Amino acid sequence: MTPGGERSRSSALVSGAVIALLFAAVVGLQAARERVGTELAPSAATGHVLYVRSPPFVTRAALSYRSVAADVYWIRAIQHYGGTKLSKDPNKQYDLLFPLLDLTTSLDPHFNVAYRFGAIFLAEPAPAGPGRPDQAIALLQKGLQAQPERWEFAQDIGFVHYWWEHDYTKAAEWFRRAADMPHAPNWMSGLAAVTLAEGGNRGSSRRLWQQMLEDPGAADWIVSQARFRLAQLDTLDQIDALERIVMTYTQRNGAAPRTWEDVVHAGYLRGIPIDPERYPYRLDPARGRVELDPGSPLGPLPAADQPRPSIKLETGPSTPLGAGR
Amino acid sequence: MTVVPQIAVNVFKESVRDKILYNLVVFAVLLIAASYLLGQLTAGQDIKIIKDLGLAAIATFGLLIAVFIGIGLVWKEVERKSIYSLLAKPIRRSEFVLGKYCGLALTLLVNVSVMTLAFYLVLAYMGWRELPAVRAGWPAPATDPAMLEAVVLIFVELLLVTGIALFFSTFSSPFLSASLTLGLWVIGHFNSDLRQFETVVNSPVAAWLARGLYYALPNFAAFDVKSQVVYGQPVAAQYIVLTVLYGATYLAFVLAAAVTIFSRRDFK
Repeated sequence: MTPGGERSRSSALVSGAVIALLFAAVVGLQAARERVGTELAPSAATGHVLYVRSPPFVTRAALSYRSVAADVYWIRAIQHYGGTKLSKDPNKQYDLLFPLLDLTTSLDPHFNVAYRFGAIFLAEPAPAGPGRPDQAIALLQKGLQAQPERWEFAQDIGFVHYWWEHDYTKAAEWFRRAADMPHAPNWMSGLAAVTLAEGGNRGSSRRLWQQMLEDPGAADWIVSQARFRLAQLDTLDQIDALERIVMTYTQRNGAAPRTWEDVVHAGYLRGIPIDPERYPYRLDPARGRVELDPGSPLGPLPAADQPRPSIKLETGPSTPLGAGR
Repeated sequence: MTVVPQIAVNVFKESVRDKILYNLVVFAVLLIAASYLLGQLTAGQDIKIIKDLGLAAIATFGLLIAVFIGIGLVWKEVERKSIYSLLAKPIRRSEFVLGKYCGLALTLLVNVSVMTLAFYLVLAYMGWRELPAVRAGWPAPATDPAMLEAVVLIFVELLLVTGIALFFSTFSSPFLSASLTLGLWVIGHFNSDLRQFETVVNSPVAAWLARGLYYALPNFAAFDVKSQVVYGQPVAAQYIVLTVLYGATYLAFVLAAAVTIFSRRDFK
């Protein structure tokens, strides 16, 4: 090799080494920043900031990129909801959820999943959601304005009235409207009639969630939400059945059981009862009440005025409940 | 007129030499990375978002090429003084301008075609890996051929943007040409506001002026049917034909103006 070529080779080696060193330094500093991180970093509140909230402005400013802008706001809405829900903050704030979904659906009025996401999660009470059924309904009505033929939105409005506001008359009215829309399934008019006749019957709640679960086009999160709600309804049924057993025990023995072992030894149960997530139920002997274990992912259960079970339970030496740990 | 294709091929070769087609690699990487990441972030909306992203990226990469290459087509020849030797040859000025335009149009055609192919390949893969029950819930198939309607209109829009960039570059500096072209492109998306200006002002003169601008300025919003095709909503064939005709006519007007100005320009 000529001296010139050697020089050029060694110069390339030095340059490569310097570049590699600088890159390693960048990675190292980033790792150091991460370690020091939280104390030195400026306020992390930026995740909860939405600089532009005006849908008309954003719609205009997006030019021909409205769909992409809607996608960005949709991803932000998901991240905001998921991040807040999973955070350890005792005072969870979902204050950006509605504005983000509002922007998403203004930029893309056919973003149907955003309306349905709002229907389910905006109404959810704390700590799992902002507890704003009014915003859920407002978002769905906006969806109906954009697409008046979407019976699903009318059904979802009925659902919010039913599940979160316990206003069965309004729920039945919206189910009826949904039933009258083109392409609505046949069972919708039946649902309207049952809701009006039976109000808060837990069976009709189950039917609502079951229909969401069986919808072939439902997104994964709708399916998992429906499974979760059905498990909660099963739990409510089981708690009612257990409270009847406790009541029977108390009537026959003249005193309430102090532990589940008392009930098991008396032959009313095969083992300590567990919820669908396999957490043992808690017994409150003073009040004769059965409660969910605080660690169970099924909690908090729907409000006390949620429909109570329509099933009739047999009390006896054993119950249909599973034996647990 | 055999000169025009020769100049066009040279422009295309030059764009290949200038590594303009590298944007195709960026596009492919963007789509593949996005298709992998979005599944984790979008709560089941990954196909819709990849469609939005793909179409927007085709439009954006095309726009950047159309504007920033378009403004340099004539200016570079003037700046390098190669225009003198070119015009000394038996080449008409109109042939020079049209050849330059066709060359960039060819570059854009190759770009848009390859990006569209990559777009459909990514969508085909994403559609293939989903369960039939999930696919049944989509408003349109993953590789819906109707999306080509949006691609065609994007291409026509890019041809028009290139024409406008070339027009400005025949008499102004690259910076000014880029600003004016991008400015027109932005204004062209607010065309419907100009149409309804009379509802927000009391002055009849302002309303007439706005109405005049509505008819005179290029209506770029008309070329945007991306959101419709993503949801599988039909776009009337008549609409597409009329919009393509509008784009072609506007383009002919802009190129005629560019040729006229360039033909009268004094390079002494």
